[in-house]
Amino acid sequence: MTYTPHKPPIAESPDELRKRIPGWGVDLDAKDRPSVPKLQFQEDFTGAHWEFPERQPEKYPRERSVEHGMLTPVFGIAQPPSGVAGAIRRYAYTYSEGRTAHWLLLIAADRVDAWEHHLKSFLTLRPDNPITETGVKAEFTHNGLSSRFGQNRADVKHQWLDPVIVGGPWIAAAGIVYSGARSVARSLSLVGSDGHRQVH
Amino acid sequence: MRVEEKDRPKTEHPNDAIVRVQLAAICGSDLHPHHGMMPDTRIGHTFGHEFIGVVDEVGSSVRNLSVGDRVMVPFNIFCGTCWYCARGLYSNCHNVNPNATAVGGIYGYSHTTGGYDGGQAEFVRVPFADVGPSTIPDWMSDEDAVLLTDATATGYFGAQLGDIVEGDVVIVFGAGPVGLIAAKSAWLMGAGRVIVIDHLEHRLEKARTFAHAETYNFTEYGDIVLEMKKTTDWLGADVAIDAVGAEADGNFTQHVTSAKFKLQGGSPVALNWAIDSVRKGATISVMGAYGPLFSAVKFGDAMNKGLTIHTNRAPVKRQWPRLFEHVRNGYLKPSELVTHRIPLDDIAEGYHMFSAKLDGMIKPLVVPSAA
Ligand SMILES: NC(=O)c1ccc[n+]([C@@H]2O[C@H](COP(=O)([O-])OP(=O)(O)OC[C@H]3O[C@@H](n4cnc5c(N)ncnc54)[C@H](O)[C@@H]3O)[C@@H](O)[C@H]2O)c1
Ligand SMILES: [Zn+2]
Ligand SMILES: [Zn+2]
Repeated sequence: MTYTPHKPPIAESPDELRKRIPGWGVDLDAKDRPSVPKLQFQEDFTGAHWEFPERQPEKYPRERSVEHGMLTPVFGIAQPPSGVAGAIRRYAYTYSEGRTAHWLLLIAADRVDAWEHHLKSFLTLRPDNPITETGVKAEFTHNGLSSRFGQNRADVKHQWLDPVIVGGPWIAAAGIVYSGARSVARSLSLVGSDGHRQVH
Repeated sequence: MRVEEKDRPKTEHPNDAIVRVQLAAICGSDLHPHHGMMPDTRIGHTFGHEFIGVVDEVGSSVRNLSVGDRVMVPFNIFCGTCWYCARGLYSNCHNVNPNATAVGGIYGYSHTTGGYDGGQAEFVRVPFADVGPSTIPDWMSDEDAVLLTDATATGYFGAQLGDIVEGDVVIVFGAGPVGLIAAKSAWLMGAGRVIVIDHLEHRLEKARTFAHAETYNFTEYGDIVLEMKKTTDWLGADVAIDAVGAEADGNFTQHVTSAKFKLQGGSPVALNWAIDSVRKGATISVMGAYGPLFSAVKFGDAMNKGLTIHTNRAPVKRQWPRLFEHVRNGYLKPSELVTHRIPLDDIAEGYHMFSAKLDGMIKPLVVPSAA
């Protein structure tokens, strides 16, 4: 045992393990493990027929980490930076990855991006819908209650936070829109009452 | 999360291919950007990095693939010839991700991993078509093939990073697809005892049947670390594998500060349990993904115990030749992890179920409507 030189014994012998578990020990020899050792020169370059690849055309100023010596030859162009979020992102990329500011700005930009898109979606025929887009419908079609309760699950302790974190900003935004609309309506009704706005 | 009509992607580089997706999957990693934990996740981004499909178009320099080929595509985007790729570290490629040097290129996983749209879609742009994808062998099922593009390769790689020797006691934290494959792979490498820890009974059940492991539900013990010491005659395990990552449960403050309020890169509950559960001089393999911000890791214990910590995103293609043999011989049966098949149109519900772990879900596949 631990307080002596001997390793605590294993209950099953290799033969028993081999019998119980298909394939037990087939990779016992580290030579059969593809990622051992870590660095292994790939003579065939894994199918590449270049030493340095051709460069993808840069169609807009592609943001990049200042820790890179150049723009990489290939890159994604899925969502070019745009709007206020895009400006924050471009600014974030002026800090190296080693700086907390880099990541905190990017995380902040993600939230700004979300709200820019929610607002824009209200000008379209398919406004964002927090009910369908969170997928909560599955709670009713796929055993939301019985999957959770009486199961000793640790995550049930914080799952009540999800509707607050996801829904809270929507409710707050609805409140702002409502009180904004009310004050516009009130001032319009004042305008309507005697033809001109009262001045105090 | 919603379904959008987008333009079909175009080749942007002579070695690009466009693949029509036949089958995709949702990975535990997808939950991190879904929950806002992956910085620079832009609205309109198509998620998904586990997929198989048919080559629909090839760029002018593509030699190894032709239109009509059925391919499996590793979740890593990689060039084949940078310093890292030349040495087999495909997940660390330096030529595909301008946004960060600390992580390689990944499909559908924010701009921090390069800004590539992903495979939970009908079509996807596949860069370096001569390097990444492989044609699917005739004998392999589609479900095995799609799970080999990430979860299976990652679990198998995770066991290798544990440097397991014959008779080792191995603890796997997390009974998700990655943890279940890691547990089974630990046996292939000669482990003497494999213990899987989670809090979801349906997954622990799978760990017993699929991975032949002993299981512990951590909610049933006041202190799971102490329990591990007791069951190893007070020595601690020889190897631990973290297959949980950034959204770990088991400590309210750690979980909420990371997954909900983004004040740390990830909740290192499972990693800290791993550090404390192993013996001195042990090895920890970290497959669980963490964000780029700092996390409250018990580094002092790791230091004082003389631990070796091995980590990485899995270099998927490097695992394939050997993994194909294991699948063909029936030693690993990835498709047994599939519990749900979600039509692409119901993707929002699919994510919610996987995230809230409803309905006994272990591995959900995503089926595009055109497939
Ligand atoms: N390194 C890589 O290349 C790579 C590839 C794929 C996935 N990953 C990462 O691996 C992790 C697992 O992926 P998955 O698809 O299996 O995800 P998953 O979400 O299905 O599984 C995670 C499991 O961990 C359990 N869990 C939560 N807290 C725990 C704790 N404290 N102790 C033990 N178990 C706990 C959950 O109940 C769940 O069953 C994720 O972080 C994912 O991002 C990494
Ligand atoms: Zn993944
Ligand atoms: Zn490379």
